[in-house]
Amino acid sequence: MFYREAGQYKTSYAADMAVFPIRQDRIGLAVILFTAFVLIPAFGNQFFLSSVMIPTLVFALAAIGLNILTGYTGLISLGTAAFMGVGAYACYKLTTWFPGVNIIVWIIASGFVSAFVGAMFGLPSLRIKGFYLVVATLAAQFFLQWCFGRIPWLVNYNTSGAIEAPERFLFGIPITGANATPESRYLVVLGVVALMTWFASNLVHGRVGRAWMAVRDMDIAAELMGIRLLTTKLLAFAVSSFYCGVSGALMVFLWYGSAEPEVFVINQSFLILFMVIIGGLGSLVGSFMGAALIYMLPIVLRLLPAALGVPIAAATVEHLQFIIVGVLIIVFLIAEPHGLARLWQTGKQKLRIWPFPY
Amino acid sequence: MNLLYALFVDPWVQMGQAPDLLVQTLWEGLVSGVLYALIALGFVLIFKASGVFNFAQGIMVVFAALTLVGFYEMGVPAFLALALAVGVMFLLAVTVERVVLRPLVNQPDIILFMATFGITYVLIGLGELIFGGNPKRMITEQLYLPKGAVEFKILGGFVSLQKIDIAAAIIAAIMIAVLAFFFQKTRIGRALRAVADSHKAALSVGISLNQIWAIVWFTAGIVALVTGIMWGARSEVSFALQVIALKALPVLILGGFTSVPGAIVGGLIIGIGEKLGEFYWGPLVGGGIESWLAYFIALAFLLFRPQGLFGEKIIERI
Repeated sequence: MFYREAGQYKTSYAADMAVFPIRQDRIGLAVILFTAFVLIPAFGNQFFLSSVMIPTLVFALAAIGLNILTGYTGLISLGTAAFMGVGAYACYKLTTWFPGVNIIVWIIASGFVSAFVGAMFGLPSLRIKGFYLVVATLAAQFFLQWCFGRIPWLVNYNTSGAIEAPERFLFGIPITGANATPESRYLVVLGVVALMTWFASNLVHGRVGRAWMAVRDMDIAAELMGIRLLTTKLLAFAVSSFYCGVSGALMVFLWYGSAEPEVFVINQSFLILFMVIIGGLGSLVGSFMGAALIYMLPIVLRLLPAALGVPIAAATVEHLQFIIVGVLIIVFLIAEPHGLARLWQTGKQKLRIWPFPY
Repeated sequence: MNLLYALFVDPWVQMGQAPDLLVQTLWEGLVSGVLYALIALGFVLIFKASGVFNFAQGIMVVFAALTLVGFYEMGVPAFLALALAVGVMFLLAVTVERVVLRPLVNQPDIILFMATFGITYVLIGLGELIFGGNPKRMITEQLYLPKGAVEFKILGGFVSLQKIDIAAAIIAAIMIAVLAFFFQKTRIGRALRAVADSHKAALSVGISLNQIWAIVWFTAGIVALVTGIMWGARSEVSFALQVIALKALPVLILGGFTSVPGAIVGGLIIGIGEKLGEFYWGPLVGGGIESWLAYFIALAFLLFRPQGLFGEKIIERI
């Protein structure tokens, strides 16, 4: 009843091809953006901003990156965390070399470094397919992680072996380092993520995205139709790594504050793969939903026993948490293998005809 | 020039100068290769029969070993504990088939792959909850596994072999022989191969897929238990073992997902290559290259044979 497109006429091709063709969707998006940019920083407390919103957004960006590769192009990758690491270390090197340049520039630039590395490791994808490709991305994961730990040049020869975000300013306000307030960090992350999501949305709805999806559905057929596999697959790897790299840089500079090589371990890659699959393969909205669900689930599970007043040892809670997450993954896959994005679509369809289902 | 010398000449010179050290390194590579091969074997069994890329195989190894040691620590005699561990693996196989595989039949590969992640998490949680997260000692003496080392004098030096490693190699060989016999000669084995060839054709001649899947997961569970005992006897039983599951991936990919001999040959190549690389080339770049060398070896092979050494040729049609 409330969500019905009756009476909205499309009078041009542009209107027909719009990403949000229905007015209610556009209103909904505006409300979400208003909430994210104005209400949350105005009313959210420190914990909510820095421990819930910033991580969720950072992971959502990484999930979009992986989704471009796995969901849209059909190339499975287990090296996401390593590409995030490339972004983080590149950003650290760049900003310590040229401290005068704005940090936002370097965060984006480190994405390009990551994109280059990603494209290198994407080269085998031309010959290797399916699960066999996993080994190429695992090679990236373990090799890059080894590099982070073993090449002292990457951490400017400091003895701790960790990188630490120096203080950098945007419009005179500190956004990285110890003095940055959660609000300013949150707004920067949100701005970058929103812009890049908009860019990704245009990318996947355009010619490039269609080529990716054709390759995903059947690469030989795509090749016969005149899509160049080499450029398409490498572009997917590059764009995906670009997103992961930026997300890694955001993670270290605006969330953690410092990072060791252990941050970018394989479990992180698995976590992002969960987000993509639970959220929905080949869906940008799904990336956000998946990131929020997978990131917040353990937090909620940890807080739940205390909130309910059930006395359980902390270790037991942690073990139970593993079991619950595992069971939820299985239950979720059985209930809706296409992820949260599909649930969202079904929900919208239901809403259209509610309350008269006939 | 110096670098080229250090890369391409020096390692070979070292090998020639100390052949006993070379033999020792080869042997160690062989042993870890056998263990990689055993994990890969569990993967292959499940992949062949159900098309599921079972990420949980590594954790099944840990879980099986933990169950065995856990029961023993509760005061159960060693061999009864072994029988109970086998029983637990059977229960696990039936549960997985009933709860996970049956509802997810006909879903895309990646969804099933994810579901095995779910199984992994549940097993980690369960194992730690029931048996505690502390590392445990494997009960080698109680299972009459040999201890200590034998030394050989060859090539002008001593080579020492751990008896447990020799036992591991022998047991692995026996297990593979038994499995080969089971696959080739028994009724269930034939049914398994039929399912591996084509699910639909197998269904149409009256083979129950559900039953076959439970059997295959049980077989993989037994393989996991044996692997767990062997690996646990070399170090200790803890969840750190699950890292070796990731080492089984390059092995698997090198040998081909669908080939049992491939898993074995792949395991040996990776195991030996890794140890040789670490020992002779590792110091050049600061060591620790064991963590990624296996993947690069597998990648190098894959570039020439995209389906693995023994995998079925991938035929793509439109």
